Amino acid sequence: MIQKLGFGNKVGVDWALMEFLGRFAFAEWLEGLGRITMLARDAFVSFCRLKVSWKDLLYQIYFIGIKSQSVVLVTGAFTGMVLAAQTDFQFHKVKMDTATLAVVSVSMCSELGPVLTALMVAGRVGAAIAAELGTMRVTEQIDALRTLATHPVDYLVVPRVVASNIALPLLTVESMCIGIGASYVVGVYLLGIEPAYAWWNMLKYSGDADVMIGLIKSMVYGGIISLIGCYKGLTCSVGAQGVGRATTEAVVYASITILITNFFLTMTLEQVCVILGL
Amino acid sequence: MIEVRGLTKSFGSQKILDQVSFQIDHGESVVIIGRSGGGKSVLLKHLIGLLQPDAGEVIIDGENIVAMNERHLLRVRRKFGMVFQGAALFDSMTVAENVAFGLRRHEHLTEGETAKRVAKTLELVDLPGIEHKNPAELSGGMRKRVGLARAIIYEPQIVLYDEPTTGLDPIVSDSIDKLIMRVRDHLQATSVVVTHDMRSARRVGNHVMMLHDRRIYANCTPEALFTSPDPVIRQFVDGVADPEGIQF
Repeated sequence: MIQKLGFGNKVGVDWALMEFLGRFAFAEWLEGLGRITMLARDAFVSFCRLKVSWKDLLYQIYFIGIKSQSVVLVTGAFTGMVLAAQTDFQFHKVKMDTATLAVVSVSMCSELGPVLTALMVAGRVGAAIAAELGTMRVTEQIDALRTLATHPVDYLVVPRVVASNIALPLLTVESMCIGIGASYVVGVYLLGIEPAYAWWNMLKYSGDADVMIGLIKSMVYGGIISLIGCYKGLTCSVGAQGVGRATTEAVVYASITILITNFFLTMTLEQVCVILGL
Repeated sequence: MIEVRGLTKSFGSQKILDQVSFQIDHGESVVIIGRSGGGKSVLLKHLIGLLQPDAGEVIIDGENIVAMNERHLLRVRRKFGMVFQGAALFDSMTVAENVAFGLRRHEHLTEGETAKRVAKTLELVDLPGIEHKNPAELSGGMRKRVGLARAIIYEPQIVLYDEPTTGLDPIVSDSIDKLIMRVRDHLQATSVVVTHDMRSARRVGNHVMMLHDRRIYANCTPEALFTSPDPVIRQFVDGVADPEGIQF
C-alpha cells in the first residue's frame, strides 16, 4: 500500500502510513456513525409501529432505572457536597458565601446532574447491554430470533432505547435533588453558611430553564448510551474477546460522545433559552 | 418449494460457495453433506436469509428472498423452523418460554392454550415435564431437542437442521435422527439437514447433496451416493484421510 502511494523515503513512508491510517480510522468512524443512525431510525420506526413488547419495556425500565439508583444517588450526593465545599472555599475569600448554593444548584441542574448520571449509567447499563447482546450474537441467539420471524430491533433494541429515554431523566432529577440537598447540608451545617440567604440566592439564580436543559440533555444521553450499547453488542466479533471489546468500546464511546455532545448541547440550549427569553 | 440459482458467497478473499444451484420440492427430506468448513452451514443460512449472497437467487415458494429487506423477510421466515448446531436457546428464559417464543410473538393464544401446545411439543421430542428448567440445566442432546421443539411448535412448512447430531454420542444421535423422521412425518414438512454424520445422512434423507470444492458435487439418492465409485464421494463416505494431507 505504501509503495503504491509512491513514497520512497522514510519520512514519506511515515506520512503515507499516518495518512492511510487516518483515512481508514475516519472512514471506519464515519461508517459506524452511519450504522448507529440507521439503527436509531429503525428503532424509531419500530416504536412508531408499536412493535415494542411492553413486558420487556417494563423490565428494562426496572433494570436501567431502579437498579441504577444507588450508584446515581451516591454520585449525585458526593458531587453536590464537594462542589458546595470547593465553591464556598473560593467564595469565602470574596465574602460571597451565600451564593454557594446558587452555583451548586445551577451546576447540578444543567451540567453535573445530567452528565454525571449519564456517565455512571453508561458504565453500568451501556456495558451490560453490549455484553448481553454480544453474547446473544456469538451464541447465535440473535440468528435464532430472526429465524423465529422476530426483528432484533423490535425485540432487543426498542425496549432498551425507550427505557433509557424514560429512566435517564428520572435518574437525573434524583441526582439533582440529592446533590442540592447534600450541598445544603454541607454548606449550612458544616461550613456555616446562613441558610435563609443561601436558600434565597439559590431560588433567585436557578430557573426552570436550568432544569429543562438538564432534562433535555438526559434524554439525549439516554439515547446515546442505549444505541451505542446495542450497536456494539449487535456488531461484536465472535469469541469472548469480541464480547469483551464490544463492552469496553460501548462504555468508552458512550462516555466520550456524552462529553462532546454536552458542549454542543450547552451552547445550543443556552442560545435557545436566550431567544425564548427564559 | 426451495430453489437456489447460481449462489456465490465469499468471506473476504475466500470463496465459500461458487455458482451453487439446486431445487428442493415440497415435502422432500434433503441432506447436505460435505467436509468441515466446506460451506454447508453457510448454504443453509442463505436458505432462510440469515446471510446475503454475493450473487445468485434463493427462491422460496416463488419469492426471491435475496431481494427482500429484513422486515419483508420476517413474513417468509414464518414458513421456516431452524435447529441450530449449538441449539441457540435463549439463556435468560426457561424451556417453556423458549419453546413458546414463536407462538407468543405471532399467534394470539391464551396462556392455557400456549402451555398445552408447549407440553404437547415437548412430548413430541421426548422431553415431557421440563418446562420450568433453565437451558443451563440441560445436556447437549436435551438442548437440541428443546431447540427442535421451539422450531416446530408453530408447524412450519420447512425445517432446517444445522448439524443436529454433532457432538452427541451415538445413542443420542440415533434418537435425534428418529425425531427428525418423526417431525418430518408428523408435519409433512420439507426438511433440509446439514451433517457430516454419514449414518444420519443415510437414515433421514430421501435425497443427498454433497458440497465439494465450493459446488454441489453430487445430488442423488442415499443409495446412489453410498454405492458410488467416484473417488471423491468414496473418500468422504468411507471417511479416509488424504495421505498427502497428513503432516506430523
